[in-house]
Amino acid sequence: MLADKDRIFTNLYGRDDWRLAGAQRRGDWDNTKELILKGRDWIADQVKESGLRGRGGAGFPTGLKWSFMPKESDRPTYLCVNADESEPGTCKDRDIIRNDPHKLIEGCLLASAGMGVHTCYIYIRGEFYNEAKRLQAAIDESYDAGLIGEDACGSGWDFELYLHRGAGAYICGEETGLLESLEGRKGQPRLKPPFPAQVGLYGCPTTVNNVETIAVVPTILRRGAAWFAGIGRPRNTGTKIYCLSGHVNTPCNVEEAMSIPLRELIERHGGGVRGGWDNLLAVIPGGSSVPVIPKSICETVLMDFDSLVAVKSGLGTAAVIVMDKSTDIVKAIARLSQFYKHESCGQCTPCREGAGWVWRVMERMVEGNASVAEIDMLLDVSYEIEGHTICALADGAMWPVQGLIRHFRPEMEQRIADYRQAAARQRQAA
Amino acid sequence: MSTVAEGFPFEQPEKFEFTAENIERAKAHIAKYPPGRQASAVLPLLWIAQEQHGGWLPRAAMDHVAEILEMAPIRVYEVATFYTMFNLRPVGRYLLQACTTTPCWLRGSDAVVAACERKLGIGIGGSTADGLFTLVEVECLGACVNAPILQVNDDFYEDLDGPTTEALLDALRAGKPPVPGSVIGRQGSEPVTGRTTLTEPAGSRK
Repeated sequence: MLADKDRIFTNLYGRDDWRLAGAQRRGDWDNTKELILKGRDWIADQVKESGLRGRGGAGFPTGLKWSFMPKESDRPTYLCVNADESEPGTCKDRDIIRNDPHKLIEGCLLASAGMGVHTCYIYIRGEFYNEAKRLQAAIDESYDAGLIGEDACGSGWDFELYLHRGAGAYICGEETGLLESLEGRKGQPRLKPPFPAQVGLYGCPTTVNNVETIAVVPTILRRGAAWFAGIGRPRNTGTKIYCLSGHVNTPCNVEEAMSIPLRELIERHGGGVRGGWDNLLAVIPGGSSVPVIPKSICETVLMDFDSLVAVKSGLGTAAVIVMDKSTDIVKAIARLSQFYKHESCGQCTPCREGAGWVWRVMERMVEGNASVAEIDMLLDVSYEIEGHTICALADGAMWPVQGLIRHFRPEMEQRIADYRQAAARQRQAA
Repeated sequence: MSTVAEGFPFEQPEKFEFTAENIERAKAHIAKYPPGRQASAVLPLLWIAQEQHGGWLPRAAMDHVAEILEMAPIRVYEVATFYTMFNLRPVGRYLLQACTTTPCWLRGSDAVVAACERKLGIGIGGSTADGLFTLVEVECLGACVNAPILQVNDDFYEDLDGPTTEALLDALRAGKPPVPGSVIGRQGSEPVTGRTTLTEPAGSRK
């Protein structure tokens, strides 16, 4: 188990003061100037060597992403921090924002210095009203203390930080949807390429990073890349905030080592599965978009990018949704299909039409009012939708259904058989 | 798409203008963005307009925002209808936003919705005749380890079940909204039985 001294988010639960004084007591903003003065390349190299991979879901190596930013630019360059946390199951960034906002703000400054950026926008989801108020208060404190703004921390680096509040749209968590929204339009994703590092916010080079990704940067720079890289496994390094929801005895957020076994995570921090481990049916291990895994896989799988990909799922946002044997698994996934249908931005036909079609078929599957051949058709259509749209929302909408069919097909077939039997009985009675 | 709430007959006001104070707030938002990029402030300005107009956005307010930001009105309408949190018709004093996405559903969001429906005598999308409550279903609110969640206006009420939801509604009706957060007294996202981490005193964790 990760020792408390190796935890980054020491105020995860908000027991201590979130304000500047509390943050400084916990070690934030400690000689930030010196870190900035070590230079852009040093910061970027440390992040690269730490092995940090993006915490927003895709797991792209952060240092590599930063290296796509131009070395010199005659246009402004931007950092946009994605605080549009909306992936079902996920609520880690909320805790960072409300309880450790200064880690995020200091991270914005240091990441910007590591990319040669002077302006940063944090895009926070509209529903996080109270969280936005607190983050704004922390930003104001930082300006007043000279930590950000002109000559931030006395380092000579000018740095402006603004908070931008969304208004309810999952798709704005997609990086180019976020940029569209920030420019004052509907959050409809852009075709890539060009990637944001070339053509991003206002057509200028831009990096979009998740809140947790940015908030761990100051600690990596202070304690060294080797410290961070020494936690977890190669290619899957560092600490991670896991969100344990659903049928565990004690749902919670917890910062643990990357690559912790799923079972240990659930039993140690989630108080175990409701009714005991043997009452486990399945787990969605990384937020709603990743495929569900059955108990047999949960026994041994490690919570990291590579282990979960190896079992055809994903770490995603590390939001662990636990379902015990009382769960109607078809309904649980059908509800996710409804979510994606609701959140499709409507831009690409396969997603706009397909997400709704899949949801309607899934609703029939819940009843069993379908034919077995339709399970195959559902799977076929899901592969036609996946990968054929501008952004990954459609992929995320299809993976839960594919995971369901992969692992729970007998359950779906049984339901169809039961429905037919019941219908036949009704006919006979009539 | 924008929240669909039914129940109140209403009229679109002919005119809408920001108050002097809100003009200043609007200017502060516009100043966050580079010159010529004032359209970026459309969400913040719509937020201010909705707040000033008692929780919903009339057409005239969208036109006013369009004028200030030098945007074609249709561009503002597009935005206002795309984001779910802008209400295009009046809602009750308490907008009850029940999350029913899978993590909340697994923890009993059906009971929360049922409690609202039973107690208020309205269905999803409905409003009470006294103008106090509007009930809508929303997608994941991002507080899943404290599920199920009911968002009331700007505040999250967490760890609910049927009876605690009814108690919450009683308190709202009495004009005494409880302190937001967990209704069972949990500290943030901690395990309800106590922390399994961060157990050393804070001072030693620099």
